[in-house]
Amino acid sequence: MAARRISSLFSRSLSLPTAPASLGFGRGMQRFTSSAAVIDEPIIPPLQINYTKLLINGQFVDSASGKTFPTLDPRTGEVIAHVAEGDAEDINRAVSAARKAFDEGPWPRMTAYERSRIMLRFADLAEKHTQELAQLETWDNGKPYEQALTAELPLFVRLFHYYAGWADKIHGLTVPADGPHHVQVLHEPIGVAGQIIPWNFPLLMLAWKVGPALACGNTIVLKSAEQTPLTALYVAKLFQEAGLPDGVLNVVSGYGSTAGAALASHMDVDKLAFTGSTNTGKVVLELAARSNLKPVTLELGGKSPFIVCDDADVDHAVELAHFALFFNQGQCCCAGSRTYVHERIYDEFVDKAKARALGRTVGDPFKNGIEQGPQIDLKQFEKVLRYIKSGIDSDATLECGGDRFGSKGYFVQPTVFSNVKDDMLIAQDEIFGPVQSILKFKDVDKVIKRANATRYGLAAGVFTTNIDKANTISRGLKAGTVWINCYDIFDAAIPFGGYKMSGIGREKGVYSLNNYLQVKSVISPLKNPAWL
Amino acid sequence: MAARRISSLLSASLPFLSHRGKQSYLSRGIYHYSKSASLDNPIKPPVTVQYDKLLINGQFVEAASGKTFPTLDPRSGEVIAHVSEGDLEDVNRAVASARKAFDEGPWPKMTAYERSKIMFRFADLIEKHNDEIAALETWDNGKPFEQSAKIEVPMLARLFRYYGGWADKIHGLTIRGDGPHHVQTLHEPIGVAGQIIPWNFPLLMFAWKVGPALACGNTVVLKTAEQTPLSALFVSKLLHEAGLPDGVLNVVSGFGPTAGAALCSHMDVDKLAFTGSTETGKLVLELAAKSNLKTVTLELGGKSPFIVCEDADVDKAVELAHFALFFNQGQCCCAGSRTFVHEKVYDEFVEKAKERALKRAVGDPFKAGMEQGPQIDGEQFKKILKYIKSGVESGATLEAGGDRFGTKGYYIQPTVFSNVKDDMLIAKDEIFGPVQTVLKFKELGEVIRRANNSPFGLAAGVFTQNLDTANTLTRALRAGTVWINCFDTFDAAIPFGGYKMSGIGREKGEYSLKNYLQVKAVVTALKDPAWL
Repeated sequence: MAARRISSLFSRSLSLPTAPASLGFGRGMQRFTSSAAVIDEPIIPPLQINYTKLLINGQFVDSASGKTFPTLDPRTGEVIAHVAEGDAEDINRAVSAARKAFDEGPWPRMTAYERSRIMLRFADLAEKHTQELAQLETWDNGKPYEQALTAELPLFVRLFHYYAGWADKIHGLTVPADGPHHVQVLHEPIGVAGQIIPWNFPLLMLAWKVGPALACGNTIVLKSAEQTPLTALYVAKLFQEAGLPDGVLNVVSGYGSTAGAALASHMDVDKLAFTGSTNTGKVVLELAARSNLKPVTLELGGKSPFIVCDDADVDHAVELAHFALFFNQGQCCCAGSRTYVHERIYDEFVDKAKARALGRTVGDPFKNGIEQGPQIDLKQFEKVLRYIKSGIDSDATLECGGDRFGSKGYFVQPTVFSNVKDDMLIAQDEIFGPVQSILKFKDVDKVIKRANATRYGLAAGVFTTNIDKANTISRGLKAGTVWINCYDIFDAAIPFGGYKMSGIGREKGVYSLNNYLQVKSVISPLKNPAWL
Repeated sequence: MAARRISSLLSASLPFLSHRGKQSYLSRGIYHYSKSASLDNPIKPPVTVQYDKLLINGQFVEAASGKTFPTLDPRSGEVIAHVSEGDLEDVNRAVASARKAFDEGPWPKMTAYERSKIMFRFADLIEKHNDEIAALETWDNGKPFEQSAKIEVPMLARLFRYYGGWADKIHGLTIRGDGPHHVQTLHEPIGVAGQIIPWNFPLLMFAWKVGPALACGNTVVLKTAEQTPLSALFVSKLLHEAGLPDGVLNVVSGFGPTAGAALCSHMDVDKLAFTGSTETGKLVLELAAKSNLKTVTLELGGKSPFIVCEDADVDKAVELAHFALFFNQGQCCCAGSRTFVHEKVYDEFVEKAKERALKRAVGDPFKAGMEQGPQIDGEQFKKILKYIKSGVESGATLEAGGDRFGTKGYYIQPTVFSNVKDDMLIAKDEIFGPVQTVLKFKELGEVIRRANNSPFGLAAGVFTQNLDTANTLTRALRAGTVWINCFDTFDAAIPFGGYKMSGIGREKGEYSLKNYLQVKAVVTALKDPAWL
């Protein structure tokens, strides 16, 4: 399966309200089956697709094979554009361009301040082109345009401001020695970074990967997801405009088994970052192990618990849990996909969660007020429906939804299951769709054990006003992020990544930098040192 | 091939050694090696073997299979002791014990201060048993007793004091949010650490691995090298005497394909650290990828350049280059095994390097004044002789040595080749023995290219008085450690690790801690914050 990942969304600086009850996405409270989407006649954005080729060494070029692949509109399954399809040979060309740009080019040799200014100029350009980028992202991905425009694009710009600010703040250390030696540690760029990004948040994942790599002075070969190749190409063009030297950022559109595997196996790639499914992540790491031992960071799948304690304001909890799962059509690897609710408030919660799901507005993502667009493609669409069937077959109670939405494209009804048991498939596997599973719990110790009884460990939500419970649960959960009384807060400075089989390493924040740095110890003897 | 690694050595805080080779005690016994001690009657080591079983859950126990394997004296090839041979079932038992000690036991739940006190007490016990531990190490490994007793065992104590001091200084961060959120990161212990150590510095590698794992609150399953199982069992007993709770450190003696592979593939091991050959390292990472994506740090092979510039004081350069290669019988993965000498001083250097090698004191490592003992075992011994033969056949000039030393055990004559070319096998492969290859260079740019033209990138030596030359070389060399006018300085605070196929991650220093920590971001919604 291709890759996927979630964004930051609810932050005051993005001028969206933070209290879930008044979320922008929660405004359209009508029953989804009656929502007024016109899916039969999709709204076509006033946009020309200008960039469909591979970007190698600063030039848009055809793939070596001359092949292309269609990228589809998830609302209809129709072709948006034919895009050059990169494979092993194109990866070779892109890596040698990146290698040359690193070994000989100006990029790692210019000052960090100059690098930061190019990144800041790029952020300005991205801001200037916010509408086009948001339209392109929605067209290719199917996510609500309002979400792309008012949350993701501002965050995209914010991330490049953040990383540009890091460029001239990458300090090494001087180290106290055990004898008369002068010891320093240099933090050097690692070289050519291979980066493979998913289709669920194409722009944000680009920022998480490209931002720290550039800030640290590396060069890049980026492979975008075959479902969503368009925005990365557009962005790469803006980078050229901002002054990025040729060969520093190369973009290869294509498939995982060809282009992706070639990148992961390449002997001249010094670092690999991948976001996607756990199964693919294992293959990526194996390819790195078998080739040149490039260090690998992985951001993989999840089955994150959202724990609602008995002291909860149920309305508030329902809204937050709804958001935690349904956001981005449920296509978030940190989706709160196991909603654990205390038995005392369980029935009330289920009723309200059902009502909220029924009120979710599904429709053409370019339409105002729409909360949910189509799933990314047919394969995901079918997989989600299969899981819904499995939930019914395993005797969970279907509270609402359960089928496709409309008759065209990949829309799925917001679906809620209650009476879900830990051993049901829908409580164990990552569904990656708009399917909420609500489980019941009795005491905190047990819910911690159940929440941890998974191979995943990406994120968790805790809903309580009790400080002891919050502290106990947040230490007890094996998860890379714990959101307390909030969810999907994705500020640039907050590290994100998985425990267990949800991944290796952290992205964002100060932690992300060392993914793109090599550490070099430099030691020389001291003659007559004034101090040690 | 089993694993291996080098220690700290030339530090002024170890007063019997200075960083200048000429005054090193290692070079005091300046007589021709062929005249040194009789090897037919090995000196009886002043120690008895007390611990030869597996250490699981605080108890010395037999292997589940009941099997044992002999550990041999490299001086004679004779059996020192029969040691319990752990395999899959024993690794399972050890992991279960470590898991329990982590999930339920007192270790991660006690204060960091209490953990640090146990580590400090352990360091005191090491000091108390210094000579006994050193004798065991020399007996099993073959390294000079003076080196074990005066350098390596004191360094073991020093490393545990270093890491003991870190235990209560592991800070997370609080972070500025982009909105009304309280953001903190917790640096949590990662869980059960699997650690596989090599035979070349058994005690120091024990400290590099176990030290940071314990300081961070983890539990450990340690697999020692089958060539050198004894010292780890002895010091682990001391660690329990110091108050370490049962199950926190489990030691399994055994072989790589059985016990080692079981540890790498184990679904309940959260982190794996391996030191050894690049080939085995790739396998280790592959097993981790195929099982549970445990995070892996690797310290692997090297072919480190030692660059002598034209401004060098030739006598000093010869001594340091000699030390860089021959130390520990050449069994260091950071051995300076490509001696690049500027053409202006090349002939003089070769003459003096040959003289120095001919004077190297080879003999029974328990005899005072010995610089060089036997190689670790028959396999290594044969491999080295094969490489020497390859050097002769490829047209390099054999200046000294070239054959075994004596007729018993695994001793090899200190061997020097001149007129070595980059494409000869002896200039490309890791020999891991007392074989120095001296190459000629003309220009700085040229030697940088040649030095970097290797799949390895572990370390490098630079010998120059010129600041510009030193700075240019230091930045350009793709190596995890650059020693300028010194070599093998291994203070506890200096990070060590490889670029390229020499490994992933860093050990020692502050950098080593994050190998044993998980990062958890905890984000809480703020009501009416006084500041953001």
